[in-house]
Amino acid sequence: MAWHGHVCLACTCHLQFYLDLRVDNISAVAPGVLWIAFIFASLLGLGRTLAAEREQHSMDRLLLCPVDRKAIYLAKLLGNLLFIGVVEIVALPIYALLFNVPLPAALLLIVLLGTLGIATIGTLFSVMAAATRARELLLPILVFPLIVPVVISVVRATQQLMAPTVNEPPWIGLLIAFDVIFLSISMLTFQYVVEE
Amino acid sequence: MALTKQATDIVSPAEEHLNDVDRGHPARLPIASLILGGLSCIGMLASIWLIFFYTPIDALQGVTQRIFYFHVPTAWTGMLGFVVMTVAGVVYLIKPDERLDWIARASGEVGAVFLTFLLITGSLWGKPIWGAWWVWDPKLTAALILWFMFIGYLMLRSYMGRTPESARVGAVWSIVGVIDVPIIYFSVLWWRGQHPGPQITSDGGLPPAAVLTLMVSLATFTLLYCFLMVLVYQLQRLQTQAQRLRAIVE
Repeated sequence: MAWHGHVCLACTCHLQFYLDLRVDNISAVAPGVLWIAFIFASLLGLGRTLAAEREQHSMDRLLLCPVDRKAIYLAKLLGNLLFIGVVEIVALPIYALLFNVPLPAALLLIVLLGTLGIATIGTLFSVMAAATRARELLLPILVFPLIVPVVISVVRATQQLMAPTVNEPPWIGLLIAFDVIFLSISMLTFQYVVEE
Repeated sequence: MALTKQATDIVSPAEEHLNDVDRGHPARLPIASLILGGLSCIGMLASIWLIFFYTPIDALQGVTQRIFYFHVPTAWTGMLGFVVMTVAGVVYLIKPDERLDWIARASGEVGAVFLTFLLITGSLWGKPIWGAWWVWDPKLTAALILWFMFIGYLMLRSYMGRTPESARVGAVWSIVGVIDVPIIYFSVLWWRGQHPGPQITSDGGLPPAAVLTLMVSLATFTLLYCFLMVLVYQLQRLQTQAQRLRAIVE
């Protein structure tokens, strides 16, 4: 987990060189930088938890338990959320320090909703990808196209917090809708992904 | 022949449709594929004549506008392909039958080709008209993500092989995709909402000749889709058969 926090930090620092971040363009670019770092760390984390599980064959043991598959999915989701959440808690103060941006409480809500969206999709597809030969290599290819609404919403919502504009669409509303829809779909379809 | 007879002995009655190849039926639905192929060919010839000789040249865009008559039908068939793939997948989850999986895989392959063609023709049209090969417009972004969905489906199925698990995972993937792509379209529309970008030409204001050409082209591409579906379905059936035989031999 410390390693993932370090990845987040390294990514954030590195992007400074790719994007030539200066004080005048910070509010336009900083939310994107933050979320690139979060998504990168999330995908690595999802891959790692699946690898560990595969080595210990714990998925087979979980499936032997007489529990609803939705419960297994929610448990995995919670595990991934906690993991990504800890990385984010570490990364956010560093981000605020490095880019000299404030950390309002509303940002935590946005980060939570965005993380939920990414983790929902990521958990479902990490189980799918684990069953293939390509394993963790396939996970980013599967996840990136699907989390586009989450990415757009969180980046725009973060920008709204840092530099409020008028007539913005309800990004947090879209985030909540996305989270609800994909949590439902993932819970319902998870049983088909894991059953032999 | 002895090996295929062995295959016949051990398969269940439900799988007998696989063994028609051994019994001397080279392909199911040969009539259907001949008819569809013939109609597609005639339709394509008619479309090409209509597109290049019958329709008037657009006043603003010139000859480049003719790509529109190829571009719109491929969009339609690409999306049709995805919907067929999803429906086949959903029905497969309810009642597993590998023929549904063959339909889904066939639709995935054919749809991917049409969508690739869509993106290429769109870029070819965009460069002279907009001055850019690509813009991050809602329709284009959603089309690109749809293309990623098709490619992801093909990669996933390819890596997972020909198993019931692979079929189920493919079905779940297409369900997630069919719900996500409209959401992506709306999220990009909201994102770009304040900056009106270039709009793809709509049907309003087209002369009757152009509308006729568009309709004929649409019908032709749909026939072509059906024809390709029949062929690729047969291919999937034969590939499954071949894999089963290989497994027996090994």
